[in-house]
Amino acid sequence: MAEKPNPADLRRLESSSTLSAGSLMLRLLLLGIIDAFVVWFILELTLRGFNVLAITFALLAVFFNIVILHRDAYPLRWMVVGLVLMALFAIYPIFYTGYISTTNYGFGHLLTKEQAIDRFENTKYLPEGSGAYTWTAFRSEDGDFALWLQREDGQNFLAYPDQPLIEAGPEIEGVGGLDAEGIPLSIKGYERLNRLTAVRHINELGEISFGAGDRIVLVSSLDKASELVPLYVYSEEDDLLINQQTGVGYRPINGAFTSDTGERLTPGFQISVGLDNFVQFIESPALQGPLVRIIIWNFAFAFLSVLMTFSLGLFLAIVFNDPMLRGRRIIQTLLLIPYTIPSLITIMVWRGLLNPELGIINETLRQLIGWAPPWFTSPWWSKGAILLVNLWLGFPYFMLICSGALQGIPTDLYDAANVDGAGIWQQFWNITLPMLLVAVGPLLVASFVFNFNNFNIIFLFIEGGPPIVGASTEAGHTDILISYVYNLAFAGGRGAQYGLAAAITFVIFVIVAALALFQFRFTRMWEEVSENV
Amino acid sequence: MSKTRSTRFQLTNTQRKRLRLVLTYLIALFSIAFALFPILWIISASLNPLNSLSTQTMIPRNASFQNYRMLLTDSSFSTIYPFRKWLFNSVKIASITTIISVAITTTAAYSFSRFRFRQRENMLRGILLVQMFPNILVMVAVFLLIQQIGGVIPSFGLNTHNGLILVYLGGAMGINIWLMKGYFDTIPKDIDESAMVDGATHWQIFTKLLLPLMRPIIVVVAVLSFIFVYSDFVIARILLKTTEQYPLTVGLYIFTSGQFTQQWGIFAAGALMGALPIVIIYLTLQDQITGGLTQGAVKG
Repeated sequence: MAEKPNPADLRRLESSSTLSAGSLMLRLLLLGIIDAFVVWFILELTLRGFNVLAITFALLAVFFNIVILHRDAYPLRWMVVGLVLMALFAIYPIFYTGYISTTNYGFGHLLTKEQAIDRFENTKYLPEGSGAYTWTAFRSEDGDFALWLQREDGQNFLAYPDQPLIEAGPEIEGVGGLDAEGIPLSIKGYERLNRLTAVRHINELGEISFGAGDRIVLVSSLDKASELVPLYVYSEEDDLLINQQTGVGYRPINGAFTSDTGERLTPGFQISVGLDNFVQFIESPALQGPLVRIIIWNFAFAFLSVLMTFSLGLFLAIVFNDPMLRGRRIIQTLLLIPYTIPSLITIMVWRGLLNPELGIINETLRQLIGWAPPWFTSPWWSKGAILLVNLWLGFPYFMLICSGALQGIPTDLYDAANVDGAGIWQQFWNITLPMLLVAVGPLLVASFVFNFNNFNIIFLFIEGGPPIVGASTEAGHTDILISYVYNLAFAGGRGAQYGLAAAITFVIFVIVAALALFQFRFTRMWEEVSENV
Repeated sequence: MSKTRSTRFQLTNTQRKRLRLVLTYLIALFSIAFALFPILWIISASLNPLNSLSTQTMIPRNASFQNYRMLLTDSSFSTIYPFRKWLFNSVKIASITTIISVAITTTAAYSFSRFRFRQRENMLRGILLVQMFPNILVMVAVFLLIQQIGGVIPSFGLNTHNGLILVYLGGAMGINIWLMKGYFDTIPKDIDESAMVDGATHWQIFTKLLLPLMRPIIVVVAVLSFIFVYSDFVIARILLKTTEQYPLTVGLYIFTSGQFTQQWGIFAAGALMGALPIVIIYLTLQDQITGGLTQGAVKG
């Protein structure tokens, strides 16, 4: 909602915009340097095929310039760095995720089509039986070789390993006089080898590629040398890649050049696959089965975590609520200690404590009852272990919150209940809990959202394991959506399936957005927030 | 409430009250045991020179600081697990991010509080909305983004602290802006205006007049941001590749894979040293932080 500009504000803006010429020059100079850098950066990005990012940078650069130069944008100058960083590292990834989810981006499909064609066109081969050059070898004292090449059309070349071919004119530096066949008698630093000596070195010579870049010559027989030629030629008109050696044509199908017989060339390239990534998850049983399990467990995990931590926290808060209780302060402080230690460190500690073979908990259980749960290998016990650890991590927070909220419930409500003869349970269900939920409700939803994407506990405790048998992607019985995304994109083995990972991320987006909407609507946080604006 | 109830019990049945007290202390005992056991166990493990998970007892025999010494000083050990480097990396990354975040948020909050401009309210709401999608959710895109940037400027690409810090800074504008703006709003504008009459510029008002008054909230935002970065695992894990570059959290994680049970004591010492900075911060600034936490961020 645009507000009418307040005259006092306007005056302030003007006074602050009157800058001395010197500082204006300095500002323009700095902006010019930044702009030059950004332009260079954008060009480099487009050269590498990162067009989406290049466009984003261009837009941000325009925004940045407007904010710095336009007088009305003065208030934004105070936050432009933060806004640009937020746009680039928080907002852009959201949209980019959406974009990737519609591509096959991932292992084997990392390049753009242009880059893939480029890669193919740079692949060379030695045509069989060809021998356009006659060679004469020269050898230096260090054992380096050089070749004098005579082409069939009479043109001569001097070739060193991994250096561009030198076309022989009337005079070449370092080349001595020519003999009757047009071969130099000597080359500076090198000694001419007679045919017999050269043949002795034929194996060495055969492994050296002379020349560089487009033109590479290999020794192919006792006296002939041939130039490598591109293995593939791409025809833009037909969108066809032809193998020069076999004559087979390859057409781009599903992100890879494919022959009529179905042979697919690697590397493939990125293409838009529309909603295929999503469809795959619905149609393929090997993908769908694990995904359904993961989603169900994801909700159950978040719900049970909140329920358990809140229940225990509330219970302890009520038990220790009595201000007359001796040692109350110290009990509460001791109970808060788990909360102060970074959770990911304590998760790893629990990983040791619950170690099935050597952990103290299982050792003790085995001594007491002769049996201990297989925390890491059983689908059910591993879920239980995760909930237990999460309970430990989370209950102090809710104890803290609930203790505070309990103080806020008016005592006359309980007095009235006592007068009416209500029991402790009745008082709890009818007074304490409802009153508490009003205050704590938003935090419960927030905690649900937090746990819904609680990657750390799942990954650090057990890496999502034990694995689901028969899943075509890496998926475990304790994986939640966000750890599944990690597996798809970054896990070893079958990782780097960015397209699929982005599609799952999109599913999380939808759920998180729905939860946020729920939170805003039912707690009216939105309205509260708006009032504070 | 309990007061009224307990007086009622006192009147009707003193024994019931005593039973209640016993129960309360029993619950206290059990819950404290539950809460503290893992911590005591890890402290004990860190002091146990035997190092292995299977040989540990609650009260270690021959307790020593050998594990700590090993982590901090043993040079052959630190070629595989460069613990001091990790600690340094963590503190470095968290400090740089915190300083820049505070700079970004204070200036932005000043603007939101003191100026009226178009789309101001929408921008404030938008900042909250963006925070609903933290960068762990979009880790794939963040990884690719840094990879692409690094393709052009390697010093800001994968396996660099610069790239990691940039990603953290992307989350700097968030609920912190609201906390700070709220605090700015409590400082009367009259102060600015009288300074303005005396010819002070906005920048002078901001740095000389308001910043000193903002100290309490700056401390809260700085601490929250430091703890957030120090305790991050995923983003660092994705973006950093070599052991030398790891922060403490990722470094400790590589203990858990491999011969975890054999290096239990050393891991314990590392975990405790890693946790120490945060515990100290929490204990010294407890009240300010809980105030900030209940207003926004959630830790599970």
